Amino acid sequence: MNAFDGLQIIVFFGILILLTPILGNYMAKVFSEDFSNQRTKKKFWNPIRYFSWFEKLVYKICGIKPDEPMNWKTYAVSLLVFNFFGFLLLFILQLVQKWMPANPQDLNNIGLALSFNTAASFVTNTNWQSYAGETTMSYAVQMLGLTVQNFLSAATGITVIMALIRGLKNKTNGDIGNFRVDLTRSVVYVLMPLSIVLALLLVSQGVVQTFDSYVTVQTLEGAEQTIAVGPAASQIAIKMLGTNGGGFFNANSAHPFENPTPFTNFLEMFALILIPMALTYTFGKMIGSVKQGWTIFIAMFVLCIVGLAIMLYSEYSYNPVLQHAGIMEGKETRFGVMNSVLFANITTNVSCGAVNCMHSSLSPMAGMIATINMMLGEIVFGGVGAGLYGMLIFVILTVFIAGLMVGRTPEFLGKKIEAKEVKMAIVAVLAPNFVILVFTAIAVSLPVGLSSMLNTGAHGFSEILYAFTSAAANNGSAFAGLNANTNFYNIMLGIGMLIGRFAIIVPVLAIAGSLSVKKIVPQSSGTFKTDTGLFIFLLIAIILIVGALTHFPALSLGSIIEHFLMLSGKTF
Amino acid sequence: MTVFTGLIYTMFITGISQLFFREKANGSIIQHVGSELIGQKFTSDKYFWSRPSATDYNPLPSGGSNLGMTSKALQNNALANTSNFRAKNELSESTIVPNEMIFSSASGLDPHISVQSANLQVKRIAKARNINESAIVQLIANLKENRQFLFLGEERINVLLLNLELDKIAKQ
Repeated sequence: MNAFDGLQIIVFFGILILLTPILGNYMAKVFSEDFSNQRTKKKFWNPIRYFSWFEKLVYKICGIKPDEPMNWKTYAVSLLVFNFFGFLLLFILQLVQKWMPANPQDLNNIGLALSFNTAASFVTNTNWQSYAGETTMSYAVQMLGLTVQNFLSAATGITVIMALIRGLKNKTNGDIGNFRVDLTRSVVYVLMPLSIVLALLLVSQGVVQTFDSYVTVQTLEGAEQTIAVGPAASQIAIKMLGTNGGGFFNANSAHPFENPTPFTNFLEMFALILIPMALTYTFGKMIGSVKQGWTIFIAMFVLCIVGLAIMLYSEYSYNPVLQHAGIMEGKETRFGVMNSVLFANITTNVSCGAVNCMHSSLSPMAGMIATINMMLGEIVFGGVGAGLYGMLIFVILTVFIAGLMVGRTPEFLGKKIEAKEVKMAIVAVLAPNFVILVFTAIAVSLPVGLSSMLNTGAHGFSEILYAFTSAAANNGSAFAGLNANTNFYNIMLGIGMLIGRFAIIVPVLAIAGSLSVKKIVPQSSGTFKTDTGLFIFLLIAIILIVGALTHFPALSLGSIIEHFLMLSGKTF
Repeated sequence: MTVFTGLIYTMFITGISQLFFREKANGSIIQHVGSELIGQKFTSDKYFWSRPSATDYNPLPSGGSNLGMTSKALQNNALANTSNFRAKNELSESTIVPNEMIFSSASGLDPHISVQSANLQVKRIAKARNINESAIVQLIANLKENRQFLFLGEERINVLLLNLELDKIAKQ
């Protein structure tokens, strides 16, 4: 660590904290105001003024009735049907890519298992990649299939948090908004404008954006080198902003064409955490208590910084096996150790899964923090929308447990938390953890699971644990030594991702529906306050207790034992 | 939505990019010898060497070694890279070889090395090309890339650009 490292971290988080209220406020307006029918009379600096015609056009073409209210069941069904068709389209596109245009490398059709895995992966905002982009996917699939789901899966995350917010805000009214309207607005007002700006900034720094075929050159020493190019910048912009993380190239944001300069690295890190941070403010604004939004922000921020500190400490510590500190294996010269570690921490906090260094080659403790970040349920800012609704599940649990401790009826924002909400919250917490532990256990007990490992010893186990954690948490990063492009892993991980996504979304919408019809109880002196330092402490404690109790045994077989083996100089 | 986010959006970005950033959008290609951003393999004593690469600088596909910190293979590679770098550059056993020359990059295509790594190779190159060491040192100073906006990222030097310049000196 040197002064530059510290300065970069401070500037990075400083700008983000400044922008949180600005973007948060804007999003609150986008999702709470009704401006679809009247002519918008917005001030000239307000972006809503310039995009509303587009929203109306989408409604017209798709035949959407924006005023149609939905209760939680209709909302959930619309969401599932929409995502199912998205899945189907992406699945089929891959199966027939050989016969489609925009395939200059003449890449072959993709097998069933891999197509299933990739379709599940991109629809669930995971963007786990069992394939290498530059040798597998044609330009047509990258743009029509993958880029599209990059947008839509992120937008789906936002719709769910909006439904939950309305559930908390409504007074005995079952309508939690209209899925199609929320989805359209997410894309038109938030994701698309930001993506356009980011994509152009990236190109100006050297990210490729072309439909030409790959370039073959003769190197200075006379060897042939075929350089993969493609329409990458447009996809990378939304990959970061939508916390998707699926790279255009295999090396993801470590590839010099995806992330050519320290500035693009800064922008990409910035973009991946910007919307999840701002959404906490949007939440506060929409429920009428900005303080409540900041309370959640602080709880997340504390977890983020503590994780970062442990990772940095671990990476800069001396490694007796390799006899160096700050190991550059799997890291790029232009980023150095600090930028690689910062990226690794926030990409696992935020369910993004883009990487600018190879996580498998991180020091054991740093790799463990990355795994824990995902195991906690991607709630430290988390995926676009998904992080916040995941965190609110923990808020509900905390309120419930605190209520039990002091013997009061638990309430959150004036809504009574009762058996139904707590049951649903437990389902949402257990589903991904079930996938992580049970699926890992299956994989390590079958030869077909073990044969994919690259590293042996404790690190090999960590590869498998990381893979299922990444799938269940919809993150998408990997300890990529594991050869996941086998039928076994493609199918298991695909199922894991679908469970990790929809087994949370449906209970969350059910909670939204059930809270929505409840009265708001006025605050009294007996109300347990949820916007205080004490609550932040309790919330963090509950998150860590649930996470630690569930996953400590598995982690001790992987990263923890690897750390001690490394200290004693053992290799495998 | 597919048409909008998949087709129109991508076309729009491509259009603008090709209009304003043509060279960069097409991969920063330098006259048929490579891309400024994609590293190449150098083994000759006459050139600066790039970092070790898990893909041997083949961009199809890119990637790192993914070896863990307790990997025997990684330990062996590190030892071999260290002693090779010392031997070829005629460095003493006590010289610390910079970290990035021992370990392979994430993309396998890292175009940069540190300035320190470049300086350690000067003696070897001067000998092989039979030119003055100071000319090469000057070249390194000229091509050194600072932290972007003075604080972002790390100091570094682009190996391909460096070697292209080196060839120009030799011709003079």
